[in-house]
Amino acid sequence: MTSPALSPSVRHNRTLAFFSRWMRDDPRAALALAYLFALALLAVLAPIIAPHSPTDQDLDAILMNSSANHLLGTDDLGRDVLSRLLHGAPVSLFASLLAVSIGVMLGVPIGVSAGFLGGRYDDVIGRMIDTLSSFPGLVLAIGVTGALGVGLMNSMTAVGIVFSPEIARLARAQTLIVKNELYVDAARTFGAGPGRLIWRHVLPNAMQPVIVQATLLLAIALLVESSLSFLGLGVQPPFPSWGGMLARGFANMEIAPGQVYSPGIAILLTALAFNTLGGSLGRALDPRSRPRQAG
Amino acid sequence: MVTSGWWKWARRRLLAIVPVVLLSTFVVFGLLQLVPGDLAVTLAGETPTPERIAEIRALYGLDRPFLVQYLTWVGNVLQGDLAKSLLTGEPVAHSIINRAPNTLMIVFGALSLSLIIGIPLGVWAAMSPGSRIDRMLGTTVSLGVALPSFWLAMILISYFALDLNWFPATGMIRPGTSFSGALWHSVLPSVALSATGAATVTRQLRNALVEVLASQYVRTLRAKGLTSASILWKHGLKNVSVTLLTVIGLQVNRLFGAAVVVEVVFAIPGMGGLVVPAALAKDFPVIQGVVLTMAILNVTVNFCVDAFIAYLDPRVSLA
Repeated sequence: MTSPALSPSVRHNRTLAFFSRWMRDDPRAALALAYLFALALLAVLAPIIAPHSPTDQDLDAILMNSSANHLLGTDDLGRDVLSRLLHGAPVSLFASLLAVSIGVMLGVPIGVSAGFLGGRYDDVIGRMIDTLSSFPGLVLAIGVTGALGVGLMNSMTAVGIVFSPEIARLARAQTLIVKNELYVDAARTFGAGPGRLIWRHVLPNAMQPVIVQATLLLAIALLVESSLSFLGLGVQPPFPSWGGMLARGFANMEIAPGQVYSPGIAILLTALAFNTLGGSLGRALDPRSRPRQAG
Repeated sequence: MVTSGWWKWARRRLLAIVPVVLLSTFVVFGLLQLVPGDLAVTLAGETPTPERIAEIRALYGLDRPFLVQYLTWVGNVLQGDLAKSLLTGEPVAHSIINRAPNTLMIVFGALSLSLIIGIPLGVWAAMSPGSRIDRMLGTTVSLGVALPSFWLAMILISYFALDLNWFPATGMIRPGTSFSGALWHSVLPSVALSATGAATVTRQLRNALVEVLASQYVRTLRAKGLTSASILWKHGLKNVSVTLLTVIGLQVNRLFGAAVVVEVVFAIPGMGGLVVPAALAKDFPVIQGVVLTMAILNVTVNFCVDAFIAYLDPRVSLA
């Protein structure tokens, strides 16, 4: 844990040391991080490196197998699958980040304030958290998207709202632990106000599990985004998205079963990378698990 | 045995659920407030006639204050009236009652499969932590957790329905009509849904068992000469049953969501097949009916799971 009294440069060096030890100790996490970096790079460079436009149709070459010109073949409108996959990557990554950011930005203040203030306020927030978690996430996201209208921004805002109670619950639990630590009492004795206590002492020490959970939620956000786009509630055609590609591929599965593989594998690998990174970060930050490499 | 502590716990817990259910009706009704623009015009469809708009205004009482609208709606819901679909005119409660058995069939099929697959695998991995088998299962579990169930559904259809013709590719037979037929149709959807659940059960059970088996009292039991198998059955699994139940509660929540997409893939006329077209067409009575029903089903199942946990672990009911 970073102690709040350290100077920024010492803290920076500690973070760096932690990071390099973490990557050295867990090659799988290093691999997951490398994959995500490569994917982000491909996503940014998609307009330059994609061999074709993701929306250009070639109706003379539909549902083709892989060839030199189309490495992953073409879809039912003769569009290059590899190019659509590359152009779909930024959409999926952005959507996951958006949903999790909304979840964190709503959940952390709600959870920390509930844990810090306690009392009646905490009870009310607790009931609201219970209520939102009583909805199956994807179903509530479908309902909110139905109300706001279809589209990526709307559906991922919905997913972010669905994530917020989980983050809030975690932030609240951590705040309750940190609030009673001796150093927080000491700071309070020295006259630190609630704002300073939360900002300088509670937040930095309560955030670790939230960061771990947020990394794991990225995988769920990706799966939810691709589900919503598959259902036609997320990214709208002709813009490429992995879920949307699965929908078209599935519609043509009887004549071209290969179409559903590449987008599905892209979703699987990316979700796997987020999960691996989150799980590994959790173990690296948890001092109990250091002696034995469990799990 | 059900103790008086448990009854006290159950009463307290039921009382805590009431505000949650009431608040969730508020959330479901509040969804309407998210609709941009004039609600009645938006809901009336592509080419709204003045009569249609007036009809929708009357349905939700849109000229009255929000609280009155809400209370009227809740009053109707409590009497089992979820209004009529704006698209088909069918009473929503009727559609949900017709379709819920199909959804429940695949959700509980998937839950059973998750346990049937996950429990033995979890025990197997926990027997020798760090071994090759443990690591191999760990990798499989990571893949299982990340696997999109609706994609797995497509792959299963491609192989087991289209290529091999072992199972039907689409549709469902209502459990009430022919249970064996329903079971037959629900095999592939349940398998598709169960992958993530089985992986989660395996992982959580393994971790909990490893912790119990490394504890002091198990060491004492070993010293007393008990065999590994009897330690595992009599002491290990008994102590991790609470973990297992907690996982079941969380999985039910996830399964209701995932079932929606898998139902669409298999063209199963369940609640998912109802809510997706409704969300695309802003058919609000249907959206609200399904979202509310799923939330209440979820709360009910989780209450039962928690009640069982409190029964098994008296510390919970004393807390």
